[in-house]
Amino acid sequence: MRSEHANGGLHSASRRTVLKASAALGGGLLLGFGIMPAMAKEAAPEGVFSPNAFIRIAGDGQVTLIMPQAEMGQAVYTAHAMILAEELDADFAKVVVEASPPSDKLYGNPTFGLQATGNSNSVRAFWIPLRKAGAGARALLVAAAAEAWNVEPASCRTESHAVLHDATGRRLDYGTLAGRAAHLTPPADPPIKDPKAFRLIGKSLKRVDTPDKVNGKAVYGIDAMPPGVKFATLAACPVFGGKVGHVDDSAAKTIPGVRQIVVLDDLIAVVGDHMWAAKRGLDALAITWDEGPNASVTTEEIRTKIHAASESAGATAKAWGDADKALGEGERHDVTYELPFLAHAPMEPINCTVHVRPDGCDVWAGSQVQARAQAIAAKVTGLPLEKVRYHNHLLGGGFGRRLEIDGIEKAVRVAQHVDGPVKVVWSREEDIQHDLYRPLYYDRLSATLKDGKINGWNHRITGSSVVARWLPPAYTNDVDFDAVDSAVDIPYDIPHLRVQYVRHEPPAVPTGFWRGVGPNNNVFAIESFIDELAHKSKQDPLAFRRAMLGKTPRLLAALDLATSKAGWGEKLPRRVGRGIAAQIAFASFIATVAEVEVDRDGEVHLRRVVTAVDTGIAVNPDTIVAQLQGGLIFGLTAALHGDITIDKGRVQQSNFNDYRMLRINEVPDIEVHLIASGEAPGGIGETGATAGPPALANAIFAATGIRLRRLPVDRDLLSGRKRA
Amino acid sequence: MVTLRINGVAHTVDAPEDMPLLWVLRDLVGLTGTKFGCGIAQCGACTVHVDGKAMRSCLLPVGALGDRTVTTIEGVGETPAGKALQKAWLDLEVVQCGYCQSGQIMSAASLLSSTPNPGDSDIDAAMAGNICRCGTYLRIRAAIKRAANSGSA
Repeated sequence: MRSEHANGGLHSASRRTVLKASAALGGGLLLGFGIMPAMAKEAAPEGVFSPNAFIRIAGDGQVTLIMPQAEMGQAVYTAHAMILAEELDADFAKVVVEASPPSDKLYGNPTFGLQATGNSNSVRAFWIPLRKAGAGARALLVAAAAEAWNVEPASCRTESHAVLHDATGRRLDYGTLAGRAAHLTPPADPPIKDPKAFRLIGKSLKRVDTPDKVNGKAVYGIDAMPPGVKFATLAACPVFGGKVGHVDDSAAKTIPGVRQIVVLDDLIAVVGDHMWAAKRGLDALAITWDEGPNASVTTEEIRTKIHAASESAGATAKAWGDADKALGEGERHDVTYELPFLAHAPMEPINCTVHVRPDGCDVWAGSQVQARAQAIAAKVTGLPLEKVRYHNHLLGGGFGRRLEIDGIEKAVRVAQHVDGPVKVVWSREEDIQHDLYRPLYYDRLSATLKDGKINGWNHRITGSSVVARWLPPAYTNDVDFDAVDSAVDIPYDIPHLRVQYVRHEPPAVPTGFWRGVGPNNNVFAIESFIDELAHKSKQDPLAFRRAMLGKTPRLLAALDLATSKAGWGEKLPRRVGRGIAAQIAFASFIATVAEVEVDRDGEVHLRRVVTAVDTGIAVNPDTIVAQLQGGLIFGLTAALHGDITIDKGRVQQSNFNDYRMLRINEVPDIEVHLIASGEAPGGIGETGATAGPPALANAIFAATGIRLRRLPVDRDLLSGRKRA
Repeated sequence: MVTLRINGVAHTVDAPEDMPLLWVLRDLVGLTGTKFGCGIAQCGACTVHVDGKAMRSCLLPVGALGDRTVTTIEGVGETPAGKALQKAWLDLEVVQCGYCQSGQIMSAASLLSSTPNPGDSDIDAAMAGNICRCGTYLRIRAAIKRAANSGSA
């Protein structure tokens, strides 16, 4: 009864939006950094109007919008569809969305120059390019109608899927015009709407992907079932960098349903008729690993090395005034902060389905880097790129994990040994123990105060550079722009400042982008230190911040709104405290108040969170509220429980029993206030994640007088069982 | 060979008795709405109904089912509770990535069938076994209450 699901096939009779199998598009103009995606007309079947890579209009009026970014819950399909439909003046109910095929040229993210969903920039990076794409298509439809009616294009207008000529009361719908429009030349730089004229943008329209996510129909990478697919699971050496030594498969081969055992240099996969056979087969193997050079690495060793590395000054990422001089005057405070490795643990474990044939290859997965996924399959198989068909799906969580192609690469290598398609699914244990972790960061901060305000400031960030590995051309002058993000653009008015970055790669542990990326670390360190300085100078943490936000009115407004809604300043019961975090992150301005109670056992109970955000023009406000609530919970989960520790060169955590997640009964009310703004859209996918941990740590201090310089929260410290 | 009643339909599959229902559903019957998240009944993504009651299918051997009925996310919309919950889920836009939501809805439907008017502690107890990594918990709670109050659950 297995059948190939249409790529992410979703159906919603009531909303009439359908996710279709991605078309195979080819060619296109070269896309570089910051250059808008190709406006060239695509070669399309006769009668289909396809003025650019994002829009197809058929003769029956159906508008298909091709989505450059991956949908992983952040509602990007809905936001991008709204932006295109807005400028196109399409009837949103008639719109269908389709995952884009792999192509850096046609669908590259303008920020990165490659097809990548990350850094909370899907809306802000594509804001103008998609609006231009919609506007250009609309201009051609108007020109087609004007030509048909023999009138001036300027005398026509568009509304909800049609061109109208008011003077003569005539109307032609987009379907009717498609064939004629397809022969016209697109304008070079079509005008886009004045935001005052927006009909769709700014409304909380229903999401295009959710109907099929409540009835089991949505197809994630793990659900792709090409006919005849076999099932596999794999194990790599538990010690980072280790290899396969010896495998005794005699017991595994006797397990019913086990078809094949694939032994590679660095991993073993068991292929079977179903996942149960594959899993039992893998469990039945007697494997001797060649553990390699990292077999004695421990968290303690890693920490010792990063602390030592942080003693050198590193590269200056930003400086103004004379920080050294200012730090030599007045009362000086020096602190360190440390954040642990974190796993991503998306609910959908890493998986990839591959069919390698002599003449071509199909790959099915959910990826945040579609073109890289295609390219790695081509590289491994030696096939030309055009012979590799990569089919992207809905992602059961990304969080940065699916910016990596290791799962694709391993699956293709296994599939090379298998006849027919094979679905490789990692166990949760494999997923947690073979992640690319949020780096362990170590921050040194120093500040002096003058007249109650910060005068001199030095922030030295030490940690792995993910950018140097993931996007080498962007790692310049020994600075990782992401690792210093939100530190170099600190919102406070500080006369003398320096931000330094020390690149330090930990032994053994691979690192990657984790939701919130560099700002997670920097905002935690900065907002904790700001709070410390406020308390040390006997100032209210709100007043202390307000006095230094004169140059950042958007953040000041968010801070005032959040604190007033939270009732800042009210007397609270014993052991209850409120803490603030305020930051610019991903071009959004966010202020958050967390309220906690810390009990005598040191357990932290979240009572309430209030957040106020100015994120510029809000394309779909309800999805923004949802992302902020979700992001806050993601960050708070890490602050309370997240800790990946290493012993004997291997990750000690394995599943949700020992890598703990917040549950529904532990999550407080989270109030979100969106500030209306006409500024360009900011980023929101990761913004909430950065706000939770510092607000939490500051609330814990307010409740207990105990300052946490490390995460996750140490209950022994909070209970007094241990001294700092 | 094992015969199972799933969503009102009999399926005869070549499955060993100790094979968890999760993999029978996904890999043999082709019902992929029920999800794999952890394999040790810690995350709830695999939740189905057995005779209307929520169970984690990743640790439920098909040999133990006998002739009890199985309902999955693909079939729960035919029940009043399931239908009301799916509507509430969409009304409130509960879903983000959606991967955990089959399990969430199945746990919630089992709750509403036995407790038509659940309070917060009923919801806590019934739903604490379902992890949502996207953090949709607040809307899950609100949607359960909305479905309960709609009178059609």
